[in-house]
Amino acid sequence: MKLQEYEAAGIFEEYGIPVAKGYIIKDPEEIKEVDRPIVLKSQVTVGKRGKSGGILFAENREEAVEKAKKLLGMDIQGLEVKELLVVEKAEIINEYYVGVVMDRESGRATLIMTSEGGVNIEELASKSPEKIAKKRIDPLIGIQPYDALYLAEKIGLEGKEKKEMVKIATKLYKAFEDHDSELAEINPVVSTPDGLLAIDAVFNIDNNALYRQKFDRKESQTVTEREKLADGYDLAYVDLDGDIGIIGSGAGLVMATLDAVAEYGGAASCFLDLGGGAGTEDMLHALEIIGMKEGVRSMYLNIFGGITQCDKIAQGIIDFEPKIPTVVRMLGTNEEKAKQMLKEAGYETVDDMEEGAMKAVEIRE
Amino acid sequence: MGILVDEKTKVLVQGITGGQGSYHSQYMKEYGTNIVAGVTPGKGGEEVNGIPVYNTVLKAKEETGATASIIFVPSKFAKGAALEAIDAELDPVVIVTEGIPVHDSAKIVRLAEVKGTTIIGPNTPGIISPGKTKMGIMPNHIFKEGNVGLVSRSGTLTYEIVNSMTKLGHGQSTALGLGGDPIVGLNFIKVLDMFAEDDETEAVVLIGEIGGSAEEKAARYIKREFDKPVVAYIAGRTAPKGKRMGHAGAIVSESGTGTAKSKMEAFEKAGVSVARMPMEIGKLLEEAL
Repeated sequence: MKLQEYEAAGIFEEYGIPVAKGYIIKDPEEIKEVDRPIVLKSQVTVGKRGKSGGILFAENREEAVEKAKKLLGMDIQGLEVKELLVVEKAEIINEYYVGVVMDRESGRATLIMTSEGGVNIEELASKSPEKIAKKRIDPLIGIQPYDALYLAEKIGLEGKEKKEMVKIATKLYKAFEDHDSELAEINPVVSTPDGLLAIDAVFNIDNNALYRQKFDRKESQTVTEREKLADGYDLAYVDLDGDIGIIGSGAGLVMATLDAVAEYGGAASCFLDLGGGAGTEDMLHALEIIGMKEGVRSMYLNIFGGITQCDKIAQGIIDFEPKIPTVVRMLGTNEEKAKQMLKEAGYETVDDMEEGAMKAVEIRE
Repeated sequence: MGILVDEKTKVLVQGITGGQGSYHSQYMKEYGTNIVAGVTPGKGGEEVNGIPVYNTVLKAKEETGATASIIFVPSKFAKGAALEAIDAELDPVVIVTEGIPVHDSAKIVRLAEVKGTTIIGPNTPGIISPGKTKMGIMPNHIFKEGNVGLVSRSGTLTYEIVNSMTKLGHGQSTALGLGGDPIVGLNFIKVLDMFAEDDETEAVVLIGEIGGSAEEKAARYIKREFDKPVVAYIAGRTAPKGKRMGHAGAIVSESGTGTAKSKMEAFEKAGVSVARMPMEIGKLLEEAL
């Protein structure tokens, strides 16, 4: 779960990281008196807000209200701006980056720093990896002051700035660890006449750990209605651009099914994984979700029955009576019974996965 | 032979009194797995499917001589269960549980590394050496004794492929799932290393998927030092960026790393036969052998 910038900044402040002071507005009239230049920042959980025109500056209240009107309700990469964070504009001398990411390759959290703040860190990593300083943190030891000091020196910080950066990085890691974060980053941390200051905040929390975090599971801004519904039904669903609905049992098998359909010139309208051990009810939910999307011209149900019983899935198909042309392929536990049920109800079944993919492309209406 | 587990492995089931634990302990027994004990704190003294249940792993090990553990406990308690198994020096430890917080997995995997324990998973279907033993949840009837080693990041896709291999007469020496999570214990390279040493394994089928760079690393390793024939299949060629495709670890990043294309190219460069569809694997195996 990705937090909004102001929520992330709130966590950083709790941990003693100096962050730009500000407040949230939902209505332009909520803007307070402006005595120093301010920044209006759209609160949407996507990157490159600045480039998309989602961050504007203002010198006085009148200008700020005008610009807030422009931003509120604006669409940024498909997301509607509902809140703005209003902060004082910082007097920037230098920009740095500090972040912690759970790195799947090493299986550990990695602390990252660079003296080139404000840029896209992934792009910088691929173009000029030498500019990025990284250190793995042993999860059994946790962060130690030397970890951050090693990196701060590596990116060329000195004196007071170096000391401040070590403190910020150490606190950032603690916030990351305490909140089951997958990514915590400050991009940029800027040096100002008053010292270092965090002027942006990114914080992702591991969905699997939300049960022990105080943050309620919020609906992510980037998911579709169907994806939300599937989440409620405990089905894994991803919307795609094609016109063939795909349902299968097991993530790897569903991915392979999408690929097979593409191999015969088709394209899937979705990825839908029933998961292991699914029953009739799950199948009904899956078909309901597939049916919600416009423009689905055929459907391919590919079930490998291990702990899943094919006949229970077949019952779901028969009860739902899908209106779009449907190919069913079933293999494994109670396969024969399921095929018999489907045959009696007038559904066609195929034996191998590739044949089913080919058929799903052919029978599109 | 085969790797990691065989008929001598004495298996302990953690979370044996739960739905999954009791169902699969019975199903593993039917396959011939030597299950000697179960553990559920607070249920010590009971029996499940004729298997004695203990409150702690150490006590179970002392009483029964268990050598390895398979974990079915819910995700909230999985870290505690895994640390207990590692601490009691059971090896390997197979973690079937899905949805374990990633900070917990990082600690489990790191402790196992320090203590020299092999962790399979989390979020794995387990491991099977056909005809010898099974520590996992895969369907019993699709496997057949043979000389193809199989390693995969997926569950049902593996069953699909094993099923078609078996029908074509290609049995398996050992088949295992690494797990669908971003952070897992055992990786492709360590498994390939074991298959290299295993006399019974003559060829390897490697099933990867989008996300991370484990397949690219495996490809470099194969090119450098792996001599047995390898057939690979990668799922997720049509997956979009930034979306998790069912498995927590199956995601092409926003910046475009972790694609199936990159992995398939890496394998082709390493001289590995890459199947475009699961059905092709049997044919490629025949050519490779």
